[in-house]
Amino acid sequence: MSTAGVIPVAPGGPEDGAGARRSGSYWSDIFRRLRRNPGAWTGAIVVALFVLVAIFAPWLAPYPELASPAREHLTPTYLPGIGEIPGYPLGIDRFGGDVLSKLIWGARASLVIGIVSTLFGLVGGMLLGAIAGAFGKWVDTVIMRFVDILLSVPNLLLAVSIAAILGPTPLAVMIAIGVAQVPIFARLLRSSMLQQREADYVLAARTLGLGRGRVTMSHLLPNSVGPVIVQATLTLATAVIDAAALSFLGLGGGRPETAEWGRMLTYAQNELAIAPQLAFLPGLCIMITAFGFTLFGEALREAMDPRSRKR
Amino acid sequence: MLRTIGKRILLLIPTLFGLTVLLFLWVRALPGGPAAALLGERATPEAVERINEAYGFDRPLHEQYVTWLGRLLQGDFGNSISTRRPVLEEFANRFPATIELSVLALIIAVGIGIPLGYWAARKHGKILDHLMVGGSLLGITIPVFFLAFMLKWLFAVQLGWLPTTGRQDRGIDATHATGFYVLDGLLTGEFDAALNALTHLLLPALALSTIPLAIIVRITRASVLEVLGADYVRTGRAKGIASKIIRNRFVLRNAMLPVVTTIGLQAGLLISGAVLTETVFAFPGVGGFLATAIFARDFPVLQGFVLFIALAYAIINLLVDISYSFIDPRVRVQ
Repeated sequence: MSTAGVIPVAPGGPEDGAGARRSGSYWSDIFRRLRRNPGAWTGAIVVALFVLVAIFAPWLAPYPELASPAREHLTPTYLPGIGEIPGYPLGIDRFGGDVLSKLIWGARASLVIGIVSTLFGLVGGMLLGAIAGAFGKWVDTVIMRFVDILLSVPNLLLAVSIAAILGPTPLAVMIAIGVAQVPIFARLLRSSMLQQREADYVLAARTLGLGRGRVTMSHLLPNSVGPVIVQATLTLATAVIDAAALSFLGLGGGRPETAEWGRMLTYAQNELAIAPQLAFLPGLCIMITAFGFTLFGEALREAMDPRSRKR
Repeated sequence: MLRTIGKRILLLIPTLFGLTVLLFLWVRALPGGPAAALLGERATPEAVERINEAYGFDRPLHEQYVTWLGRLLQGDFGNSISTRRPVLEEFANRFPATIELSVLALIIAVGIGIPLGYWAARKHGKILDHLMVGGSLLGITIPVFFLAFMLKWLFAVQLGWLPTTGRQDRGIDATHATGFYVLDGLLTGEFDAALNALTHLLLPALALSTIPLAIIVRITRASVLEVLGADYVRTGRAKGIASKIIRNRFVLRNAMLPVVTTIGLQAGLLISGAVLTETVFAFPGVGGFLATAIFARDFPVLQGFVLFIALAYAIINLLVDISYSFIDPRVRVQ
């Protein structure tokens, strides 16, 4: 045990085999470290559950997406809560909808908005960052000035303003959240590429006569995306929260009874005194999902951090 | 030092200038143009033409921009579409409420966050540290508006200890000289009014403070951990310097630099976070006003708000940079 600090061999279980096989590739190394982190496990399980519920929503949810099956149970002063009437295990809402069904359909809405908006942000940000990082000089200056302008407005406010301009539709929400994420991805990729640009292997590739496009696409980019991937995982958490915030503010569009966690919270406001579960349940869903993505993202960050990789 | 500040301000100008261009084009890019946005459902072709002529929307874009920017520089942000009063006036009436709220939230976040972060670092690897790390992660992921709901339900609806909405009870007859209700009460000696305003502030401020609190805990912990491992701390200990002096002069002072940066960033974010918190608590600040402006498609208000926040954000970050030189003498030398 006392030699562990001296000889840089992974604390090996039998599956690690001889020290010689330790090297592995960059990614298998990261995967190995992730597997040992309980935080990564917890995060991955939460995320997996969320994704499964979202995908299988049509089979899992007792009622269709916009259904109001419990209309006859509605009274002005009282809404049946958790376990109070048979057939509606988590109670009903003001529209006569089944809360359980709505939460399940809401997972689907959150997943779609989260992934699509993060993809928008990722593609836009990586495009800007890669162009800035690959060309440098005035192209870099122009792009980074533009990114600075976007960064001068707080993230959520930027998303809210863009969604307000585009009008209340789900697509507008996705674009708004995506655009608000562009600056961070652009900056990350650019700075990561600037670091790599000076590396010996890039010089070697240039010396071999590879063009700028080739060097960028097959050398610079693959070696620079690490931090961007970590950020994307963490951004998924923010995207889920921001999507809920935007639809809470009424920017989601669609019918009022749409099954969306943020939307459910909007209407729960009026019922807080008689049916607090209408606010707690969707809020809890948003929180747990965001927590899962954050846990996993943090674990990924740790696993990819060169400082912790030495261990 | 002055030169650095001057350079920072000069760098700020093109960014803010670019923002005005974006904001200007952005309203022009609206479906149907700004006239349709102004008119809403009453947008007949004749009405659109009338508005275009009256506001000059039919003139070339660059001409319109110069006029708009000129007014902006004179402090004219245009009139709110829904209230028909100058945007600046609307903001001026509501800003004290939001600032009061943000300041209290920041006091809570800093006052609790730094000691907790320090404590977690001192107990590094122990259960308490793990609890702190997990708790702060939870604090970052909890949606502000959800937390606001829970606090409102527990303390206002269930327990009835604190008021649910507003800035002050209606029955209270208080003088409002500055617009900061707590300060007003203290200045005029109406302590019950000040206390009443404070009870109204408490829940929204608590909700608003969670994210900055969680982030400050994390940064303080990480920063203190790094300093605790530094050679000069070990040397200080070896020389037998009292642990109190080591803590205050060696560890805390050196660990504060990243913390101050974070506090500055969070202060800027508080005002935009207030949009959600103020909506839940029907708190009459700029945040709640913005939320209603979104519904009303009140673009002059939105434009003004974004510009204002960007400016405030930039100024806060500048102040943070300046504060470095007070914390770290090495910065002053450069």
